Amino acid sequence: MLTTSLVNAQDASVILKNVEKNMSSENRIFESTMIVHGTRTSRTITSKTWAEGNMKSFTEYLTPAREQGTKMLKLENQLWIYSPATDRIIQISGHMLRQSVMGSDLSYEDMMDDRKLTEIYSAALAGEEDIDGRKTWVLDLTATVSDIAYQKVKMWVDTERYVPLREDLFAKSGQLLKRTTFSDVKQIGGRWFPSKIVYKDMLRSGDGTEFMITSVKFDQPIPDYIFTKAALKQ
Amino acid sequence: MIKFLLQGLLRDKTRSRIPVIVVTIGVTLTVLMHAYITGFMGDIIETNAKVTYGHIKVMTRGYADNMQQTPNDLALVDVDNLTAELQQEFPGLTWSPRIQFAGLIDAPDENGETRTQGPAMGIGLDLLTPGSPEISRMNLQESLVRGHLPEKPGEVLLSEIFSRKLQTDPGDRITFIGSTMYGSMTIYNFIVAGTVSMGHEALDRGTVFADIKDVRLALDMQDAAGEILGFFRGGFYQDEIAAKDTELFNAGESNGNDEFTPVMKSLGQQGTMGTYVKMTKSWSAYISMVFIFAMSLVLWNAGLLGGLRRYGEMGIRLAMGEEKGHTYRTMIYESVMIGLAGSVIGTAIGLSLAWLLQTYGINISNLMKGSSIMMPATIRANINPVDYYIGFIPGLISTVIGTALSGIGIFKRQTARLFKELEA
Repeated sequence: MLTTSLVNAQDASVILKNVEKNMSSENRIFESTMIVHGTRTSRTITSKTWAEGNMKSFTEYLTPAREQGTKMLKLENQLWIYSPATDRIIQISGHMLRQSVMGSDLSYEDMMDDRKLTEIYSAALAGEEDIDGRKTWVLDLTATVSDIAYQKVKMWVDTERYVPLREDLFAKSGQLLKRTTFSDVKQIGGRWFPSKIVYKDMLRSGDGTEFMITSVKFDQPIPDYIFTKAALKQ
Repeated sequence: MIKFLLQGLLRDKTRSRIPVIVVTIGVTLTVLMHAYITGFMGDIIETNAKVTYGHIKVMTRGYADNMQQTPNDLALVDVDNLTAELQQEFPGLTWSPRIQFAGLIDAPDENGETRTQGPAMGIGLDLLTPGSPEISRMNLQESLVRGHLPEKPGEVLLSEIFSRKLQTDPGDRITFIGSTMYGSMTIYNFIVAGTVSMGHEALDRGTVFADIKDVRLALDMQDAAGEILGFFRGGFYQDEIAAKDTELFNAGESNGNDEFTPVMKSLGQQGTMGTYVKMTKSWSAYISMVFIFAMSLVLWNAGLLGGLRRYGEMGIRLAMGEEKGHTYRTMIYESVMIGLAGSVIGTAIGLSLAWLLQTYGINISNLMKGSSIMMPATIRANINPVDYYIGFIPGLISTVIGTALSGIGIFKRQTARLFKELEA
């Protein structure tokens, strides 16, 4: 039995590494549309993001008019937001990181934590299930670091494409905090990548947030000035 | 006979001065205490009504269920129309949309970088419409410490303590960081027009007063408001009328049961204030009753002592042939005169002292440090119609009852033994 679980653990970490190969990249530039389904109305927000590894990212919001020109810069574990209406750059820290990004089901904390899964979780294979007609492995991920928002993650990974199709994110207490579903998996630049992700904060009402990547380019050169505070005001 | 008795009382100071003084003191204390208790209890209600609860509040069902969190994502929309309808349907009240909000206030340095930050609670209310009742309702002009009231869009008032903490002065720019009605982060600049000291610890800790139009822009709440507060035109909360209005409004809205359906709640139906309103009613009555009862005992006792002190005099009058019933009646008449005189003088003094307490109040701000509930820093009396007659209960009735009881002895005295008693 011990041998089986060791094999499972090994298999699980291999699966996780393969998932990372699809989901992570040296750098990427993508445009996205986010539809936030609130209790009263739905809002559509478009943005363009430049990201380098998992430490640097820069996002500029394009629409709607109220959000246009708002920019966010993430450098390692720091996050700044620039609001053109106030011409102020504000550092988001402390409890503000738990606030929702543009009213979505994503928090700034979620955005910040781009570390590789293998660096922060240990994986175990819990079984196999079918999701929307596709065979998946069910992985139980347990945090190996303390500075993390979700202590446990249950991940359903497409056995063929090594792409997650669903994630349940749990608190230390075992409470389900968020559910993420991935779909519209496409082959882009030699990797499988989900172009639609639905985030659902299980603690709030509403029908979740759809995040659709409308265009993505991997491993493109990005000028260094993009990842500076000066770029926020430009 | 009354004239005769009156002359007797005026000429014999021992029969009038001390009893009238005793009754006066008792009545003065009764009137003053009643006005003080009513004022103190009412002050807390009115303070909370003006700042947070209104005499009546209209909000969405979802907002009402989580009122303590002021969830603006569940705010009322189409507020202008709703306010106009309320004004038409309930003309006895004035209606004011408000937005309560919370977030961070960020004070920048000369380079625009964060210098200081502090958590703030905000109240969005009509500050810029000429003649808006909100300024006097919140007592903002009188509470102004530095600067001026907001005169143009974008200007806000900060509580003085908060302003000092943030090291900001009137004219400085501050940035509000919070959440919009849709949950998105919002960053909005304001100019500090002035600072206020509200005299309430909970408000002075960190409050921003902004014009509701600015708050709507900041929180993306066009024609929306967290709540619409209704205030009785008379200025004082009337629980029974408020409850009836509430019932009427909610009956009309019974078709919609979703979380955005508007609901009306009277101050007495709003969480802890509801408990307080109920408590106030019973406490006011209990405290007044206990005090009136105690004063009645004192004055009754004074009446008894007065009757007993005149034991000898009664004996002589009976020995001289005066009828027992007549003697008894004259004692009662005298006590009525003393009770009336003491009650009138006592009520006048009591009302004067209560007026002073109503006008100037007693500052208890030093005792309120760290308090989380909204209590007035100055305790004031509140003179109401009851105070004009409440002193007569102990002053007149108790004095007469005391005299009547002590006078019963007159009927038990035997004429044959009167001379013996007098010789002794």
